Amino acid sequence: MASFASPEIERLIALLAKLPGMGPRSARRAALALLKKRDQLLTPLADALTDAAAKVRACSVCGALDAQDPCAVCSDRSRDRALICVVEEVGALWAMERAGAYRGRYQVLGGLLSALDGVGPDNLRIGELVARARDGEVQEVILALPATVDGQTTAHYLAERLADAGVSVTSLARGVPVGGELDWLDDGTIAQALRARRPA
Amino acid sequence: MAPAVLTRLTLTDFRSYEGASLDLDGRPVFLFGDNGAGKTNLLEAVSFLAPGKGLRGAGAGEVGRRMPGEAKGRAWSVAALVAAEGGDLRLGTGVEPDAARRIVRLEGETVQAGRLSEMVRLIWLTPAQDRLFLEGGTERRRFLDRLAFAAEPPHAAAAAAYERAMRERMKLLTDGPDDPLWLAALESRAAAAGAAVASARIRAVRALQVEIDGRADRPFPLASVSLSGDWDDAPDTEARLASTLAAARGRDAAAGRALSGPHRTDLVVIHREKDRPAAECSTGEQKALVLNLVLAQAARLSRAESAPNPILLLDEVAAHLDPERRAALFDEIAALKLQAFLTGVEAALFDGLKGRGSGVRVDRGALRTVED
Ligand SMILES: Nc1ncnc2c1ncn2[C@@H]1O[C@H](COP(=O)(O)OP(=O)(O)O)[C@@H](O)[C@H]1O
Ligand SMILES: [Mg+2]
Ligand SMILES: [Zn+2]
Repeated sequence: MASFASPEIERLIALLAKLPGMGPRSARRAALALLKKRDQLLTPLADALTDAAAKVRACSVCGALDAQDPCAVCSDRSRDRALICVVEEVGALWAMERAGAYRGRYQVLGGLLSALDGVGPDNLRIGELVARARDGEVQEVILALPATVDGQTTAHYLAERLADAGVSVTSLARGVPVGGELDWLDDGTIAQALRARRPA
Repeated sequence: MAPAVLTRLTLTDFRSYEGASLDLDGRPVFLFGDNGAGKTNLLEAVSFLAPGKGLRGAGAGEVGRRMPGEAKGRAWSVAALVAAEGGDLRLGTGVEPDAARRIVRLEGETVQAGRLSEMVRLIWLTPAQDRLFLEGGTERRRFLDRLAFAAEPPHAAAAAAYERAMRERMKLLTDGPDDPLWLAALESRAAAAGAAVASARIRAVRALQVEIDGRADRPFPLASVSLSGDWDDAPDTEARLASTLAAARGRDAAAGRALSGPHRTDLVVIHREKDRPAAECSTGEQKALVLNLVLAQAARLSRAESAPNPILLLDEVAAHLDPERRAALFDEIAALKLQAFLTGVEAALFDGLKGRGSGVRVDRGALRTVED
Protein backbone atom coordinates (compact mmCIF):
# COMPACT_ATOMS: atom_id res chain seq x y z
CA MET A 1 0.00 0.00 0.00
CA ALA A 2 1.25 3.50 -0.81
CA SER A 3 2.26 5.39 2.28
CA PHE A 4 0.25 8.58 2.63
CA ALA A 5 0.47 9.18 6.37
CA SER A 6 3.41 9.87 8.65
CA PRO A 7 5.25 6.87 10.18
CA GLU A 8 3.61 7.64 13.56
CA ILE A 9 0.14 7.27 12.11
CA GLU A 10 1.10 4.23 10.02
CA ARG A 11 2.44 2.54 13.15
CA LEU A 12 -0.75 3.31 15.05
CA ILE A 13 -2.89 1.88 12.24
CA ALA A 14 -0.69 -1.22 11.90
CA LEU A 15 -1.00 -1.93 15.64
CA LEU A 16 -4.73 -1.30 15.78
CA ALA A 17 -5.20 -3.66 12.83
CA LYS A 18 -3.76 -6.47 14.95
CA LEU A 19 -6.57 -6.22 17.48
CA PRO A 20 -9.24 -8.92 17.34
CA GLY A 21 -12.15 -7.96 15.12
CA MET A 22 -10.14 -5.25 13.36
CA GLY A 23 -8.95 -5.20 9.77
CA PRO A 24 -7.00 -2.56 7.87
CA ARG A 25 -10.16 -0.60 7.14
CA SER A 26 -11.54 -0.49 10.66
CA ALA A 27 -8.03 0.25 11.98
CA ARG A 28 -7.82 3.35 9.76
CA ARG A 29 -11.24 4.48 10.99
CA ALA A 30 -10.27 3.92 14.62
CA ALA A 31 -6.95 5.75 14.21
CA LEU A 32 -8.74 8.69 12.64
CA ALA A 33 -11.29 8.83 15.46
CA LEU A 34 -8.49 8.75 18.05
CA LEU A 35 -6.48 11.49 16.36
CA LYS A 36 -9.50 13.72 15.95
CA LYS A 37 -10.46 13.36 19.63
CA ARG A 38 -7.09 13.98 21.19
CA ASP A 39 -8.37 15.05 24.61
CA GLN A 40 -11.40 12.78 24.98
CA LEU A 41 -9.87 9.63 23.47
CA LEU A 42 -6.25 9.61 22.38
CA THR A 43 -4.52 10.85 25.53
CA PRO A 44 -6.77 9.00 28.02
CA LEU A 45 -6.33 5.81 25.99
CA ALA A 46 -2.55 6.23 25.95
CA ASP A 47 -2.60 6.70 29.74
CA ALA A 48 -4.85 3.67 30.22
CA LEU A 49 -2.56 1.55 28.08
CA THR A 50 0.54 2.65 30.00
CA ASP A 51 -1.20 1.99 33.29
CA ALA A 52 -2.39 -1.45 32.22
CA ALA A 53 1.05 -2.37 30.86
CA ALA A 54 2.68 -1.36 34.14
CA LYS A 55 0.23 -2.92 36.58
CA VAL A 56 -1.82 -5.75 35.09
CA ARG A 57 -0.28 -9.22 35.42
CA ALA A 58 -1.47 -12.79 35.25
CA CYS A 59 -2.41 -14.05 38.72
CA SER A 60 0.23 -16.51 39.93
CA VAL A 61 -2.49 -18.76 41.34
CA CYS A 62 -5.20 -18.92 38.68
CA GLY A 63 -3.88 -17.03 35.64
CA ALA A 64 -6.57 -14.31 35.68
CA LEU A 65 -5.53 -10.78 34.79
CA ASP A 66 -5.46 -8.26 37.61
CA ALA A 67 -3.42 -5.41 39.06
CA GLN A 68 -2.95 -7.40 42.24
CA ASP A 69 -1.35 -10.82 42.71
CA PRO A 70 -3.03 -13.04 43.80
CA CYS A 71 -5.98 -11.61 41.92
CA ALA A 72 -9.10 -10.19 43.57
CA VAL A 73 -10.98 -13.49 43.21
CA CYS A 74 -8.15 -15.60 44.64
CA SER A 75 -7.69 -13.20 47.58
CA ASP A 76 -11.41 -12.99 48.38
CA ARG A 77 -11.84 -14.95 51.65
CA SER A 78 -15.58 -15.28 51.06
CA ARG A 79 -15.05 -17.35 47.91
CA ASP A 80 -15.74 -21.07 48.15
CA ARG A 81 -12.31 -22.71 48.14
CA ALA A 82 -13.78 -26.14 47.42
CA LEU A 83 -14.63 -25.18 43.82
CA ILE A 84 -12.40 -24.46 40.84
CA CYS A 85 -13.95 -23.50 37.52
CA VAL A 86 -11.66 -24.13 34.54
CA VAL A 87 -11.95 -21.68 31.65
CA GLU A 88 -10.03 -21.25 28.40
CA GLU A 89 -9.35 -17.55 28.66
CA VAL A 90 -9.98 -14.57 30.91
CA GLY A 91 -12.97 -13.51 28.75
CA ALA A 92 -14.87 -16.57 29.93
CA LEU A 93 -13.98 -15.78 33.55
CA TRP A 94 -15.39 -12.28 33.10
CA ALA A 95 -18.58 -13.74 31.61
CA MET A 96 -18.98 -16.05 34.62
CA GLU A 97 -18.40 -13.14 37.00
CA ARG A 98 -20.91 -10.96 35.16
CA ALA A 99 -23.48 -13.73 35.50
CA GLY A 100 -22.83 -13.64 39.27
CA ALA A 101 -23.94 -17.24 39.67
CA TYR A 102 -20.60 -18.74 40.71
CA ARG A 103 -18.92 -18.34 44.11
CA GLY A 104 -15.81 -20.49 43.72
CA ARG A 105 -12.38 -19.75 42.25
CA TYR A 106 -10.98 -20.22 38.74
CA GLN A 107 -8.19 -21.68 36.71
CA VAL A 108 -7.48 -19.91 33.41
CA LEU A 109 -5.81 -22.42 31.07
CA GLY A 110 -4.53 -19.85 28.61
CA GLY A 111 -5.73 -21.80 25.55
CA LEU A 112 -6.85 -25.25 24.49
CA LEU A 113 -4.97 -28.37 23.47
CA SER A 114 -4.27 -28.33 19.75
CA ALA A 115 -1.54 -30.38 18.15
CA LEU A 116 -2.03 -28.56 14.85
CA ASP A 117 -1.51 -25.19 16.50
CA GLY A 118 1.42 -26.50 18.54
CA VAL A 119 -0.34 -26.12 21.91
CA GLY A 120 0.34 -29.04 24.23
CA PRO A 121 -0.31 -29.66 27.93
CA ASP A 122 2.98 -27.95 28.82
CA ASN A 123 1.85 -24.72 27.17
CA LEU A 124 -1.28 -24.49 29.32
CA ARG A 125 -1.75 -24.03 33.07
CA ILE A 126 -2.58 -27.70 33.50
CA GLY A 127 0.20 -28.72 35.90
CA GLU A 128 -0.87 -25.85 38.17
CA LEU A 129 -4.48 -26.99 38.02
CA VAL A 130 -3.60 -30.56 38.95
CA ALA A 131 -1.46 -29.32 41.87
CA ARG A 132 -4.28 -27.09 43.13
CA ALA A 133 -6.82 -29.90 42.80
CA ARG A 134 -4.64 -32.06 45.02
CA ASP A 135 -4.20 -29.49 47.79
CA GLY A 136 -6.92 -31.01 49.98
CA GLU A 137 -9.28 -28.02 50.04
CA VAL A 138 -10.66 -28.46 46.53
CA GLN A 139 -13.58 -30.87 46.16
CA GLU A 140 -14.90 -30.15 42.70
CA VAL A 141 -13.38 -29.00 39.41
CA ILE A 142 -15.94 -27.60 36.95
CA LEU A 143 -14.88 -27.65 33.31
CA ALA A 144 -16.39 -24.67 31.45
CA LEU A 145 -14.77 -25.18 28.06
CA PRO A 146 -16.14 -24.55 24.55
CA ALA A 147 -18.14 -27.23 22.77
CA THR A 148 -15.54 -27.33 19.98
CA VAL A 149 -13.28 -30.30 19.20
CA ASP A 150 -10.34 -28.58 20.93
CA GLY A 151 -12.51 -27.57 23.91
CA GLN A 152 -13.94 -31.03 24.40
CA THR A 153 -10.60 -32.77 23.81
CA THR A 154 -9.10 -30.55 26.50
CA ALA A 155 -12.01 -31.31 28.84
CA HIS A 156 -11.60 -35.05 28.29
CA TYR A 157 -7.86 -34.79 28.85
CA LEU A 158 -8.28 -32.79 32.08
CA ALA A 159 -10.85 -35.26 33.41
CA GLU A 160 -8.28 -38.03 32.92
CA ARG A 161 -5.45 -36.03 34.50
CA LEU A 162 -7.69 -35.29 37.50
CA ALA A 163 -9.01 -38.85 37.82
CA ASP A 164 -6.89 -39.69 40.87
CA ALA A 165 -6.77 -36.20 42.43
CA GLY A 166 -9.58 -36.99 44.85
CA VAL A 167 -11.96 -34.37 43.38
CA SER A 168 -15.15 -34.71 41.41
CA VAL A 169 -14.86 -33.37 37.86
CA THR A 170 -17.97 -31.88 36.27
CA SER A 171 -18.85 -30.12 33.01
CA LEU A 172 -21.22 -27.28 32.31
CA ALA A 173 -24.48 -28.52 30.83
CA ARG A 174 -24.53 -28.36 27.07
CA GLY A 175 -26.94 -25.52 26.47
CA VAL A 176 -23.82 -24.12 24.88
CA PRO A 177 -24.04 -23.91 21.09
CA VAL A 178 -21.49 -25.86 19.06
CA GLY A 179 -18.39 -23.72 18.64
CA GLY A 180 -19.85 -21.27 21.12
CA GLU A 181 -17.57 -19.75 23.65
CA LEU A 182 -18.59 -18.91 27.15
CA ASP A 183 -18.13 -15.16 26.83
CA TRP A 184 -20.86 -14.98 24.19
CA LEU A 185 -23.44 -16.39 26.52
CA ASP A 186 -25.93 -14.37 28.48
CA ASP A 187 -26.01 -14.47 32.27
CA GLY A 188 -29.15 -16.62 32.52
CA THR A 189 -27.69 -19.29 30.24
CA ILE A 190 -24.49 -19.43 32.27
CA ALA A 191 -26.37 -19.73 35.56
CA GLN A 192 -28.54 -22.47 34.09
CA ALA A 193 -25.52 -24.34 32.65
CA LEU A 194 -23.86 -24.16 36.06
CA ARG A 195 -26.87 -25.50 37.94
CA ALA A 196 -27.27 -28.37 35.48
CA ARG A 197 -23.59 -29.41 35.47
CA ARG A 198 -22.90 -33.11 35.32
CA PRO A 199 -19.99 -35.49 35.80
CA ALA A 200 -17.40 -35.04 33.04
CA MET B 1 -43.05 -25.30 6.39
CA ALA B 2 -43.76 -23.06 3.44
CA PRO B 3 -41.76 -24.07 0.38
CA ALA B 4 -38.51 -22.14 0.12
CA VAL B 5 -38.68 -20.11 -3.02
CA LEU B 6 -36.12 -17.65 -4.27
CA THR B 7 -38.03 -14.72 -5.71
CA ARG B 8 -35.07 -12.62 -6.72
CA LEU B 9 -31.38 -13.18 -7.29
CA THR B 10 -28.78 -10.43 -7.56
CA LEU B 11 -25.15 -11.10 -8.47
CA THR B 12 -22.44 -8.49 -8.03
CA ASP B 13 -18.92 -9.10 -9.35
CA PHE B 14 -19.50 -12.83 -9.17
CA ARG B 15 -17.40 -14.72 -11.78
CA SER B 16 -18.37 -13.34 -15.20
CA TYR B 17 -21.23 -11.23 -13.81
CA GLU B 18 -20.50 -7.59 -13.10
CA GLY B 19 -24.05 -7.00 -12.00
CA ALA B 20 -27.12 -9.03 -12.91
CA SER B 21 -30.44 -9.80 -11.37
CA LEU B 22 -33.25 -12.15 -12.03
CA ASP B 23 -36.85 -12.15 -10.83
CA LEU B 24 -38.23 -15.60 -10.19
CA ASP B 25 -41.71 -16.97 -9.69
CA GLY B 26 -40.88 -20.29 -8.02
CA ARG B 27 -41.32 -22.34 -11.16
CA PRO B 28 -38.37 -24.06 -12.85
CA VAL B 29 -36.02 -21.80 -14.75
CA PHE B 30 -34.14 -22.94 -17.80
CA LEU B 31 -30.98 -21.06 -18.61
CA PHE B 32 -29.76 -21.29 -22.16
CA GLY B 33 -26.89 -19.70 -24.03
CA ASP B 34 -23.60 -20.46 -25.72
CA ASN B 35 -20.66 -22.17 -24.09
CA GLY B 36 -18.99 -19.74 -21.71
CA ALA B 37 -22.07 -17.52 -21.50
CA GLY B 38 -22.24 -17.82 -17.70
CA LYS B 39 -24.88 -20.50 -17.10
CA THR B 40 -22.84 -22.62 -14.70
CA ASN B 41 -21.64 -19.44 -13.01
CA LEU B 42 -25.24 -18.56 -12.18
CA LEU B 43 -25.88 -22.04 -10.75
CA GLU B 44 -22.70 -21.71 -8.75
CA ALA B 45 -23.89 -18.37 -7.40
CA VAL B 46 -27.11 -20.03 -6.19
CA SER B 47 -25.05 -22.86 -4.67
CA PHE B 48 -23.35 -20.33 -2.40
CA LEU B 49 -26.70 -19.95 -0.66
CA ALA B 50 -25.69 -23.14 1.16
CA PRO B 51 -22.76 -23.38 3.57
CA GLY B 52 -19.57 -24.65 1.97
CA LYS B 53 -17.70 -24.09 -1.25
CA GLY B 54 -20.45 -24.21 -3.82
CA LEU B 55 -20.90 -26.60 -6.70
CA ARG B 56 -17.42 -26.05 -8.12
CA GLY B 57 -15.75 -26.48 -4.74
CA ALA B 58 -14.21 -23.03 -5.12
CA GLY B 59 -12.94 -20.86 -2.29
CA ALA B 60 -14.58 -17.52 -1.55
CA GLY B 61 -11.44 -15.82 -2.88
CA GLU B 62 -11.68 -17.49 -6.30
CA VAL B 63 -15.12 -16.49 -7.44
CA GLY B 64 -14.81 -12.70 -7.41
CA ARG B 65 -14.85 -11.16 -10.89
CA ARG B 66 -11.41 -10.85 -12.39
CA MET B 67 -10.37 -9.02 -15.53
CA PRO B 68 -7.76 -10.74 -17.71
CA GLY B 69 -4.37 -10.37 -16.03
CA GLU B 70 -5.81 -9.49 -12.64
CA ALA B 71 -4.39 -11.69 -9.91
CA LYS B 72 -7.08 -11.15 -7.36
CA GLY B 73 -10.84 -11.32 -7.65
CA ARG B 74 -13.04 -8.46 -6.51
CA ALA B 75 -15.28 -8.39 -3.49
CA TRP B 76 -18.45 -10.16 -4.60
CA SER B 77 -21.93 -10.86 -3.41
CA VAL B 78 -24.90 -13.04 -4.18
CA ALA B 79 -28.13 -11.74 -2.74
CA ALA B 80 -31.51 -13.39 -2.77
CA LEU B 81 -35.01 -12.73 -1.64
CA VAL B 82 -36.52 -15.84 -0.10
CA ALA B 83 -40.29 -16.03 0.14
CA ALA B 84 -41.31 -16.53 3.76
CA GLU B 85 -44.56 -16.35 5.70
CA GLY B 86 -44.27 -12.73 6.83
CA GLY B 87 -42.87 -11.46 3.53
CA ASP B 88 -39.61 -11.89 1.69
CA LEU B 89 -36.41 -12.43 3.67
CA ARG B 90 -33.23 -10.78 2.48
CA LEU B 91 -30.43 -13.30 2.32
CA GLY B 92 -26.95 -12.48 1.10
CA THR B 93 -23.46 -13.88 0.97
CA GLY B 94 -20.09 -12.75 -0.30
CA VAL B 95 -16.77 -11.32 0.71
CA GLU B 96 -16.01 -7.74 1.66
CA PRO B 97 -13.08 -5.75 0.26
CA ASP B 98 -9.77 -6.73 1.93
CA ALA B 99 -11.47 -9.73 3.54
CA ALA B 100 -10.93 -13.39 2.75
CA ARG B 101 -13.76 -15.06 4.57
CA ARG B 102 -17.22 -15.48 3.13
CA ILE B 103 -19.86 -13.87 5.27
CA VAL B 104 -23.60 -14.49 5.35
CA ARG B 105 -26.20 -11.86 6.02
CA LEU B 106 -29.83 -12.36 6.93
CA GLU B 107 -32.00 -9.28 6.94
CA GLY B 108 -28.85 -7.14 7.00
CA GLU B 109 -27.34 -8.88 10.05
CA THR B 110 -24.21 -11.00 9.76
CA VAL B 111 -25.09 -14.54 10.82
CA GLN B 112 -23.33 -17.92 10.92
CA ALA B 113 -23.24 -19.75 7.59
CA GLY B 114 -25.15 -22.63 9.19
CA ARG B 115 -28.26 -20.44 9.29
CA LEU B 116 -28.47 -20.79 5.51
CA SER B 117 -29.78 -24.33 5.82
CA GLU B 118 -32.79 -23.07 7.76
CA MET B 119 -33.92 -21.23 4.65
CA VAL B 120 -32.46 -22.92 1.61
CA ARG B 121 -31.66 -26.53 0.79
CA LEU B 122 -29.87 -27.29 -2.40
CA ILE B 123 -29.34 -30.40 -4.44
CA TRP B 124 -27.11 -30.21 -7.45
CA LEU B 125 -25.94 -32.32 -10.32
CA THR B 126 -23.11 -31.15 -12.57
CA PRO B 127 -21.16 -32.67 -15.47
CA ALA B 128 -18.26 -33.18 -13.03
CA GLN B 129 -20.42 -35.73 -11.24
CA ASP B 130 -20.66 -37.80 -14.42
CA ARG B 131 -17.44 -39.39 -13.25
CA LEU B 132 -18.82 -40.06 -9.78
CA PHE B 133 -18.51 -43.83 -10.09
CA LEU B 134 -15.23 -43.86 -11.96
CA GLU B 135 -13.05 -41.88 -9.63
CA GLY B 136 -11.69 -42.46 -6.15
CA GLY B 137 -13.90 -42.45 -3.09
CA THR B 138 -13.45 -38.78 -2.22
CA GLU B 139 -16.05 -37.41 -4.63
CA ARG B 140 -18.55 -40.15 -3.71
CA ARG B 141 -18.07 -39.44 -0.03
CA ARG B 142 -18.75 -35.76 -0.72
CA PHE B 143 -21.87 -36.71 -2.63
CA LEU B 144 -22.90 -38.99 0.24
CA ASP B 145 -22.24 -36.28 2.80
CA ARG B 146 -24.30 -33.78 0.83
CA LEU B 147 -27.16 -36.30 0.83
CA ALA B 148 -26.86 -36.69 4.59
CA PHE B 149 -26.41 -32.97 5.20
CA ALA B 150 -29.45 -31.96 3.16
CA ALA B 151 -31.60 -34.20 5.33
CA GLU B 152 -29.82 -33.47 8.61
CA PRO B 153 -27.87 -30.18 8.65
CA PRO B 154 -25.99 -31.04 11.91
CA HIS B 155 -24.17 -33.65 9.82
CA ALA B 156 -21.84 -30.92 8.54
CA ALA B 157 -20.70 -29.99 12.06
CA ALA B 158 -20.18 -33.65 12.99
CA ALA B 159 -18.16 -34.28 9.82
CA ALA B 160 -16.01 -31.21 10.46
CA ALA B 161 -15.47 -32.24 14.10
CA TYR B 162 -14.49 -35.76 13.05
CA GLU B 163 -12.04 -34.46 10.49
CA ARG B 164 -10.51 -31.99 12.91
CA ALA B 165 -10.07 -34.59 15.67
CA MET B 166 -8.52 -37.04 13.20
CA ARG B 167 -6.11 -34.40 11.87
CA GLU B 168 -5.10 -33.51 15.43
CA ARG B 169 -4.53 -37.19 16.16
CA MET B 170 -2.40 -37.68 13.02
CA LYS B 171 -0.31 -34.64 13.95
CA LEU B 172 0.36 -36.12 17.40
CA LEU B 173 1.14 -39.54 15.95
CA THR B 174 3.62 -38.17 13.42
CA ASP B 175 5.21 -35.25 15.29
CA GLY B 176 4.60 -36.18 18.94
CA PRO B 177 4.61 -35.71 21.82
CA ASP B 178 3.75 -39.32 22.57
CA ASP B 179 1.04 -38.54 25.11
CA PRO B 180 -1.42 -41.45 25.52
CA LEU B 181 -3.91 -39.35 27.52
CA TRP B 182 -4.01 -36.65 24.86
CA LEU B 183 -4.35 -39.25 22.10
CA ALA B 184 -7.16 -40.97 24.00
CA ALA B 185 -8.95 -37.63 24.44
CA LEU B 186 -8.73 -36.97 20.69
CA GLU B 187 -9.83 -40.50 19.82
CA SER B 188 -12.80 -40.12 22.11
CA ARG B 189 -13.83 -36.92 20.26
CA ALA B 190 -13.18 -38.55 16.89
CA ALA B 191 -15.24 -41.58 17.91
CA ALA B 192 -18.20 -39.50 19.10
CA ALA B 193 -18.22 -37.34 15.97
CA GLY B 194 -17.42 -40.28 13.68
CA ALA B 195 -20.31 -42.32 15.06
CA ALA B 196 -22.66 -39.37 14.42
CA VAL B 197 -21.33 -39.11 10.86
CA ALA B 198 -21.71 -42.82 10.23
CA SER B 199 -25.26 -42.95 11.52
CA ALA B 200 -26.43 -39.88 9.57
CA ARG B 201 -24.96 -41.40 6.42
CA ILE B 202 -26.63 -44.78 6.85
CA ARG B 203 -29.96 -43.08 7.60
CA ALA B 204 -29.59 -41.06 4.41
CA VAL B 205 -28.78 -44.16 2.38
CA ARG B 206 -31.68 -46.18 3.80
CA ALA B 207 -34.15 -43.37 3.23
CA LEU B 208 -32.85 -42.95 -0.30
CA GLN B 209 -33.30 -46.65 -1.02
CA VAL B 210 -36.92 -46.53 0.14
CA GLU B 211 -37.47 -43.54 -2.11
CA ILE B 212 -35.82 -45.21 -5.11
CA ASP B 213 -37.88 -48.36 -4.59
CA GLY B 214 -41.03 -46.24 -4.66
CA ARG B 215 -40.07 -44.81 -8.02
CA ALA B 216 -39.95 -48.00 -10.06
CA ASP B 217 -42.48 -46.60 -12.55
CA ARG B 218 -40.14 -43.88 -13.84
CA PRO B 219 -38.00 -44.43 -16.96
CA PHE B 220 -34.80 -44.30 -14.93
CA PRO B 221 -32.61 -47.23 -13.91
CA LEU B 222 -33.04 -48.31 -10.30
CA ALA B 223 -30.05 -48.37 -8.00
CA SER B 224 -29.27 -50.41 -4.91
CA VAL B 225 -27.36 -48.12 -2.60
CA SER B 226 -25.29 -49.15 0.40
CA LEU B 227 -22.17 -48.20 2.30
CA SER B 228 -18.86 -50.03 2.31
CA GLY B 229 -16.97 -50.76 5.50
CA ASP B 230 -18.37 -51.42 8.92
CA TRP B 231 -19.34 -48.05 10.33
CA ASP B 232 -23.07 -47.53 10.66
CA ASP B 233 -25.60 -46.73 13.36
CA ALA B 234 -25.07 -49.87 15.49
CA PRO B 235 -25.18 -48.91 19.18
CA ASP B 236 -21.55 -49.88 19.76
CA THR B 237 -20.17 -47.81 16.86
CA GLU B 238 -18.67 -45.09 19.04
CA ALA B 239 -16.95 -47.49 21.44
CA ARG B 240 -15.75 -49.69 18.59
CA LEU B 241 -14.34 -46.72 16.72
CA ALA B 242 -12.51 -45.46 19.80
CA SER B 243 -10.90 -48.84 20.41
CA THR B 244 -10.10 -49.34 16.72
CA LEU B 245 -8.30 -45.99 16.67
CA ALA B 246 -6.42 -46.74 19.89
CA ALA B 247 -5.27 -50.09 18.50
CA ALA B 248 -4.24 -48.57 15.16
CA ARG B 249 -1.88 -45.88 16.50
CA GLY B 250 1.33 -47.62 15.44
CA ARG B 251 -0.03 -48.68 12.07
CA ASP B 252 -1.45 -45.22 11.32
CA ALA B 253 1.78 -43.51 12.38
CA ALA B 254 3.76 -45.76 10.03
CA ALA B 255 1.34 -45.16 7.17
CA GLY B 256 1.17 -41.41 7.76
CA ARG B 257 -2.63 -41.54 7.61
CA ALA B 258 -5.51 -43.16 9.42
CA LEU B 259 -6.25 -46.49 7.78
CA SER B 260 -9.66 -47.13 9.28
CA GLY B 261 -12.66 -45.07 10.25
CA PRO B 262 -15.74 -43.57 8.60
CA HIS B 263 -13.53 -41.33 6.44
CA ARG B 264 -12.89 -44.49 4.41
CA THR B 265 -16.55 -45.34 3.90
CA ASP B 266 -17.63 -45.49 0.27
CA LEU B 267 -21.03 -45.17 -1.33
CA VAL B 268 -21.74 -48.38 -3.25
CA VAL B 269 -24.23 -48.13 -6.11
CA ILE B 270 -25.42 -51.16 -8.06
CA HIS B 271 -27.49 -50.98 -11.25
CA ARG B 272 -30.25 -53.28 -10.06
CA GLU B 273 -31.60 -54.57 -13.33
CA LYS B 274 -28.13 -55.35 -14.69
CA ASP B 275 -26.88 -56.46 -11.28
CA ARG B 276 -23.62 -54.61 -11.96
CA PRO B 277 -21.69 -51.98 -10.03
CA ALA B 278 -22.37 -48.53 -11.46
CA ALA B 279 -18.73 -48.19 -12.54
CA GLU B 280 -19.24 -51.08 -14.99
CA CYS B 281 -22.29 -49.49 -16.62
CA SER B 282 -22.25 -47.37 -19.76
CA THR B 283 -21.70 -43.64 -19.41
CA GLY B 284 -25.34 -42.97 -20.26
CA GLU B 285 -26.53 -45.50 -17.68
CA GLN B 286 -24.31 -43.95 -15.04
CA LYS B 287 -25.70 -40.50 -15.71
CA ALA B 288 -29.25 -41.80 -15.48
CA LEU B 289 -28.44 -43.65 -12.25
CA VAL B 290 -27.06 -40.52 -10.61
CA LEU B 291 -29.92 -38.39 -11.84
CA ASN B 292 -32.38 -40.85 -10.35
CA LEU B 293 -30.50 -40.70 -7.03
CA VAL B 294 -30.69 -36.94 -7.10
CA LEU B 295 -34.41 -36.93 -7.97
CA ALA B 296 -35.13 -39.49 -5.26
CA GLN B 297 -33.35 -37.26 -2.78
CA ALA B 298 -35.32 -34.24 -3.98
CA ALA B 299 -38.58 -36.17 -3.63
CA ARG B 300 -37.62 -37.27 -0.15
CA LEU B 301 -36.67 -33.79 1.00
CA SER B 302 -39.71 -32.18 -0.55
CA ARG B 303 -41.87 -34.22 1.82
CA ALA B 304 -39.94 -33.23 4.96
CA GLU B 305 -42.36 -31.05 6.90
CA SER B 306 -39.84 -29.30 9.07
CA ALA B 307 -37.43 -28.19 6.37
CA PRO B 308 -37.45 -25.85 3.39
CA ASN B 309 -38.30 -27.40 0.05
CA PRO B 310 -35.19 -28.33 -1.90
CA ILE B 311 -33.98 -26.24 -4.81
CA LEU B 312 -32.55 -28.28 -7.66
CA LEU B 313 -29.54 -27.19 -9.72
CA LEU B 314 -29.10 -29.34 -12.82
CA ASP B 315 -26.17 -28.29 -14.98
CA GLU B 316 -26.13 -29.66 -18.56
CA VAL B 317 -28.35 -32.53 -17.56
CA ALA B 318 -31.17 -32.17 -20.07
CA ALA B 319 -28.95 -32.49 -23.16
CA HIS B 320 -27.81 -35.97 -22.25
CA LEU B 321 -31.24 -37.46 -21.73
CA ASP B 322 -33.31 -39.15 -24.38
CA PRO B 323 -36.69 -37.44 -24.98
CA GLU B 324 -38.63 -39.88 -22.78
CA ARG B 325 -36.34 -39.38 -19.80
CA ARG B 326 -36.18 -35.64 -20.37
CA ALA B 327 -39.98 -35.50 -20.28
CA ALA B 328 -39.99 -37.62 -17.12
CA LEU B 329 -37.49 -35.24 -15.52
CA PHE B 330 -39.66 -32.22 -16.30
CA ASP B 331 -42.79 -34.00 -15.07
CA GLU B 332 -41.07 -34.88 -11.84
CA ILE B 333 -39.89 -31.33 -11.21
CA ALA B 334 -43.39 -30.03 -11.90
CA ALA B 335 -45.06 -32.70 -9.75
CA LEU B 336 -42.77 -32.00 -6.79
CA LYS B 337 -43.31 -28.25 -7.30
CA LEU B 338 -39.57 -27.77 -7.11
CA GLN B 339 -37.80 -24.59 -7.87
CA ALA B 340 -35.19 -25.87 -10.28
CA PHE B 341 -32.46 -24.22 -12.32
CA LEU B 342 -31.55 -26.14 -15.47
CA THR B 343 -28.99 -25.26 -18.09
CA GLY B 344 -28.46 -26.17 -21.71
CA VAL B 345 -27.04 -24.70 -24.86
CA GLU B 346 -30.33 -24.63 -26.76
CA ALA B 347 -33.70 -23.32 -25.71
CA ALA B 348 -35.33 -26.15 -27.64
CA LEU B 349 -34.09 -28.67 -25.07
CA PHE B 350 -36.62 -27.26 -22.69
CA ASP B 351 -39.68 -27.39 -24.94
CA GLY B 352 -41.18 -29.93 -22.57
CA LEU B 353 -41.22 -27.30 -19.84
CA LYS B 354 -43.26 -24.84 -21.91
CA GLY B 355 -45.97 -23.31 -19.79
CA ARG B 356 -44.50 -24.88 -16.64
CA GLY B 357 -41.39 -22.78 -16.27
CA SER B 358 -39.60 -19.73 -17.52
CA GLY B 359 -36.64 -19.37 -19.83
CA VAL B 360 -33.67 -17.10 -19.36
CA ARG B 361 -31.21 -16.29 -22.10
CA VAL B 362 -27.68 -15.98 -20.75
CA ASP B 363 -25.37 -13.89 -22.86
CA ARG B 364 -21.94 -12.77 -21.63
CA GLY B 365 -23.01 -11.94 -18.11
CA ALA B 366 -26.42 -10.58 -19.01
CA LEU B 367 -29.67 -12.34 -18.12
CA ARG B 368 -32.85 -11.86 -20.09
CA THR B 369 -36.09 -13.59 -19.23
CA VAL B 370 -37.95 -14.79 -22.32
CA GLU B 371 -41.69 -15.33 -22.37
CA ASP B 372 -42.77 -18.89 -22.74
N1 LIG C 1 -13.52 -15.01 -11.56
C1 LIG C 1 -13.96 -14.77 -12.81
N2 LIG C 1 -14.02 -13.50 -13.29
C2 LIG C 1 -14.46 -13.25 -14.54
N3 LIG C 1 -14.85 -14.20 -15.39
C3 LIG C 1 -14.82 -15.48 -14.98
C4 LIG C 1 -14.38 -15.83 -13.68
N4 LIG C 1 -14.46 -17.17 -13.54
C5 LIG C 1 -14.93 -17.64 -14.72
N5 LIG C 1 -15.16 -16.63 -15.59
C6 LIG C 1 -15.64 -16.72 -16.96
O1 LIG C 1 -16.91 -17.31 -16.96
C7 LIG C 1 -17.07 -18.00 -18.20
C8 LIG C 1 -17.59 -19.40 -17.98
O2 LIG C 1 -18.88 -19.30 -17.58
P1 LIG C 1 -19.74 -20.60 -17.35
O3 LIG C 1 -20.83 -20.21 -16.46
O4 LIG C 1 -18.89 -21.74 -16.92
O5 LIG C 1 -20.23 -20.87 -18.83
P2 LIG C 1 -21.40 -21.80 -19.33
O6 LIG C 1 -22.49 -20.89 -19.77
O7 LIG C 1 -20.80 -22.55 -20.49
O8 LIG C 1 -21.79 -22.68 -18.21
C9 LIG C 1 -15.74 -18.10 -18.85
O9 LIG C 1 -15.74 -17.25 -19.97
C10 LIG C 1 -14.78 -17.64 -17.80
O10 LIG C 1 -13.72 -16.96 -18.34
MG1 LIG D 1 -21.48 -24.69 -17.99
ZN1 LIG E 1 -6.27 -15.66 40.78
